[in-house]
Amino acid sequence: MAILKVLKLPDPRLKQVSAPVESFDQAVRDLVADLEETRLAGPAAVGIAAPQVGVLRRIIIVDVSTRPKTPNHGHLVLINPEILHWEGFAIGREGCLSVPDYTGNVIRATHIRLRAQDLDGVEHLYEMEGFEARAVQHEMDHLDGLLFVDRVVSRRTDLYRRQVHQPAVFPRVKAQ
Amino acid sequence: MSEWNLLTLVGADRPGIVARVTRVLYEFGCNLGEASMTRLGGNFAIMLMVSSARSPGEILDALKPVAETLGLRIHLDPSTGGLHQHLTPNVQVRVFGADRAGIVAEVTEILAAQGFNILELDSDVAGESNRPLYIMNIQGYSDQTLESLIEALAPLAARGISIDVTPVDLLIG
Ligand SMILES: [Zn+2]
Repeated sequence: MAILKVLKLPDPRLKQVSAPVESFDQAVRDLVADLEETRLAGPAAVGIAAPQVGVLRRIIIVDVSTRPKTPNHGHLVLINPEILHWEGFAIGREGCLSVPDYTGNVIRATHIRLRAQDLDGVEHLYEMEGFEARAVQHEMDHLDGLLFVDRVVSRRTDLYRRQVHQPAVFPRVKAQ
Repeated sequence: MSEWNLLTLVGADRPGIVARVTRVLYEFGCNLGEASMTRLGGNFAIMLMVSSARSPGEILDALKPVAETLGLRIHLDPSTGGLHQHLTPNVQVRVFGADRAGIVAEVTEILAAQGFNILELDSDVAGESNRPLYIMNIQGYSDQTLESLIEALAPLAARGISIDVTPVDLLIG
């Protein structure tokens, strides 16, 4: 186990699309263990994505279980995750281990249905909402070379939250 | 040693203000930091952190021609804080109500008495012109619980002002 170096903007590797995981071997387990150690070593991050440590594979970790009053599925290792369906939107404030000293408002879907594999390659379906859904969308963006700074909306946008926003601001369902 | 200054420019809105002002600053060798620029009424207001090895007087002189051409008033204040003094808001207060005098003062006086530090405040007037609706969104930092803020604001809610106090959950990932 080791704490890995977290890439910071403008490292070009953060802008690349990560490749799917095909073999669920010990190397993947070792990477996930290091990723988790790295996540816990930094400022209270609820998630981390493999490309943040320079490994361009579709692996994320999300854990919002330590937050009070937050619906969650516990500690999740999500491999090759895909959002099958999303609903609703909300603005929330985000920061990123890869973007020090900056936070901004981002629109995310409030409910998602997610399919992902675990460390053994077994597929699982999840229904997620709120903060956990936001965390998954933030981390999945990293797999497609997107950072929250690519999605930041104006502070004033929130004044108009009752208007309908186009779904174009939501993440793509699936990276082809 | 370059120092940070807060540069304020205000004038009637027209296309090209930002481009022409920042071009002058760039060619004068200034660095730009955090900025907030917005159209308010028919005016365009720029607040911009600027650093330069030159003196504040020299920066003002450099901007004078463009400011005169565009009809902008300029103000330059030394900034003691510098960049990266970001405070992260943890509470959001949204206010909706029939537009009337005093609504901002009433809300913000209550927040100030609670030790609430306003970091951002945006407001707008919506609705029909004969029945305007005042909308205000405040983000700030408070040590108080949400419940105590809600309770402090309750007298206003009882007078027909809709007040919504929610936590700003910062996600780091
Ligand atoms: Zn991130």
